[in-house]
Amino acid sequence: MSDAAARVPARFSSQARPALLNVLQVGLPAIALLVMLAIIFSIRPAAMSYFGVHLLFKLSVPLVFAALAQMMVIMLGDIDLSNGAFVGLITCVTALYLSDAPAFAVLCYLVLVAAYAGFGLLIHSRQLPSIIVTLGMSFIWLGMAVILLPAPGGSAPAWLAAFMSWQPPLMPLSIWLALLAALAGHLVISRSSYGAVLRGAGGNPRAVERAGWSVIGIRVAVYAAAGVLACLAGLTLTGLTTSGDANVAPAYTLLGVGAVILGGGSFTGGVVSPVGTVIGALTLSLAGSLLSFLQVPPTWQIGAQGVILFLVLAGRVLLSERTR
Amino acid sequence: MMNNPTPPGTDAAPRADSDIAFIEVRDVRKSYDAVHALGGVDFHLKPGEVVGLVGHNGAGKSTLMNVLAGTVERSSGDFNLGGHPIGPWSAALAQQAGLRCIFQELSLCTNLTAAENTRIVHRPLRGIGWRRRARHMIGPVLDEIFPGHGIDLDRKVADLPIGERQMVEIARAFTQTDIGLRCVILDEPTSALGHEATEQLLAHIRRAAGRGIACILITHRLNEILAVCDRTVVMVDGKVVAERQTAGLSRSALVELMGSIERPRERTAGKIASVAAPVMRHAGRDAADLTIEVRKGEIIGFAGLDGHGQRERLRAMFHAARGQRQALPGAYVAGDRGSEGVFALWSIADNLTIRSLNALTRGGMISSAAARKLAGSWSDKLKVKAPSIDTPILSLSGGNQQKVLFARALASDAQIIFLDDPMRGVDVGTKQEVYRLIRAEAERGRSFVWYSTELEELTNCERIYVFREGRAATSLVGDAIDTGRILQASFGGENV
Repeated sequence: MSDAAARVPARFSSQARPALLNVLQVGLPAIALLVMLAIIFSIRPAAMSYFGVHLLFKLSVPLVFAALAQMMVIMLGDIDLSNGAFVGLITCVTALYLSDAPAFAVLCYLVLVAAYAGFGLLIHSRQLPSIIVTLGMSFIWLGMAVILLPAPGGSAPAWLAAFMSWQPPLMPLSIWLALLAALAGHLVISRSSYGAVLRGAGGNPRAVERAGWSVIGIRVAVYAAAGVLACLAGLTLTGLTTSGDANVAPAYTLLGVGAVILGGGSFTGGVVSPVGTVIGALTLSLAGSLLSFLQVPPTWQIGAQGVILFLVLAGRVLLSERTR
Repeated sequence: MMNNPTPPGTDAAPRADSDIAFIEVRDVRKSYDAVHALGGVDFHLKPGEVVGLVGHNGAGKSTLMNVLAGTVERSSGDFNLGGHPIGPWSAALAQQAGLRCIFQELSLCTNLTAAENTRIVHRPLRGIGWRRRARHMIGPVLDEIFPGHGIDLDRKVADLPIGERQMVEIARAFTQTDIGLRCVILDEPTSALGHEATEQLLAHIRRAAGRGIACILITHRLNEILAVCDRTVVMVDGKVVAERQTAGLSRSALVELMGSIERPRERTAGKIASVAAPVMRHAGRDAADLTIEVRKGEIIGFAGLDGHGQRERLRAMFHAARGQRQALPGAYVAGDRGSEGVFALWSIADNLTIRSLNALTRGGMISSAAARKLAGSWSDKLKVKAPSIDTPILSLSGGNQQKVLFARALASDAQIIFLDDPMRGVDVGTKQEVYRLIRAEAERGRSFVWYSTELEELTNCERIYVFREGRAATSLVGDAIDTGRILQASFGGENV
């Protein structure tokens, strides 16, 4: 260890490059987010206020949780196509039962999360492609939701609606929740010792298995965690819309995938960033508002949103090639 | 088995409990369907002992190691740990017992840092500050084994060059927490290391042995075995054929022990005169890399240890054959059926005729009558066991799938056929049928270039190129082809 001091500069310089890469990968969606905000604020300076930011990001809360749920699954190298339908089912359960029969509603959540974990078990033990299984799951969730609530209806419990319209000090609730979710995700996935094992299981499951871990247990736990996060997305969404709707959130599936990739995740598994994912979700939810402020006709908005997503993703690919 | 309980006098370290073996297995067997990877192996390892494990490709070294490390379950046999019998054995139990393994294909998670990879193998590394403790665990070990390595422990393994990855993997195996380290199995640990790092590792293995840590070293570099091992175990065809104290053993004696395979049946090859002009010449990369010449009707063999550049050369020749102006039509029979050979969802007939579509086209469309005729006649000729040629190919056994791939090449207009170790995992009966067919086709004037990892198979060839370190290093012709010489040339023996 006598040469440790001599090695410090070398370590520092070799560390700087990947660190810069990391900052850029998380930084690009953040820059995109700031550019969009700047455009909105320059068009409508009144939006630059507590209430303006509250309105802009109000609908991002459920998407943040749905994107984090998607991130858990992508971390294992899988993909979850049932995420949006599941969120819709949760809004139906919440709007129907949570205010009148809270115990039953909680039981429903637990059963649904267990079902999510069970599908993880199925995917692992039968070596099925997750894209097929979760596509099938999405129809199961949608069918159950339609049976429960054939037409949008029900009502959110008053406390939930009140919580979602609560205006905490300093920053709007949506920003607080995004910060908390990003911090918790960062601590658990990127920093904790178990997070390292989880990411390892996504990167090289055989190596993790050989080290004596149960990869099947990891997969079940990760799918269960994804189910819990999707439940949170459904709960917050019900609080915002104050009713249940089976078809409220199908777009969350692919917006969630977009947020994960935008935030520096990779489909190969093992490479995800919770902070980046949260920023990616905020960026994607703001893109719609930006287009309204730019007075893009509603018929063009979905296509234009796709163009924004494409531009930011292409920018990220170009950047990571440049820095490599 | 030849069991010599006296430890060699080369090591002065104290040997407490050296009478009780750390690991002892008896009559361990492992079968994958009909293939016997291990056919009754006895093996034991005392604390602080360094044992070398050698053998040709597919001798069962890696399987034995996987059984010991708990990553492959034995089909039968006794397993004793520290004198106590063990029932089911798993990777987690092996970790608990202080047994670590360095696998041939690296088992690091490349998306994690070296410190995080250390965490993967150490359950006690958790809670606040685990990252710092992980660094303090692997850092000093790396410094001890490979002084001046200069590896950044907080960089993703994917960003490290392959040699440094290997160093991290080796150092990780030698780290310990409150679970004492008892034994490290090293499978080809030096393949990606430079000369200096290799020397450092060998020195460390001796140091570790002095501390009572047993090591099993699997390597094709016999000098390393002779340099550090107390005892050498030689495996052939899933069995231990010899066990010797390393002191006084020479490398030629070792190679001889590995070559104790019965001499195969009489050779039919060797009659083609080398007077005809070659139909293909393929120059090597440099002076040390032999030019490969293929004549009409000749069977050329590529030998040597697996992964020494045979497959790359075979592919290069296949592509070169296609690129020539008056190219002879060529065909390639893949060894890795699943990923390179079969079209999994297609029938036998579709799989068989895909190489011959041009010949089967009538006015821009495939003539299904002609295709069925071709597929039917060749699947009869190769005796493919299937109810009909419309059977999905995946419903066939591995050997029969391979026959269909052979038929695909033989039914085509190819004049040079490249075989990429196609008989791996195929039963003996099928092999004999295909050998006969290859010889018959060669007599009809087709040429074969055949990469094989099985020594006996190469006796079908008229000329053999033995590959070493990425080059065609030695050529053996006719009667000079025997397993002893192939082994000598593969391991870079002195008297070749």
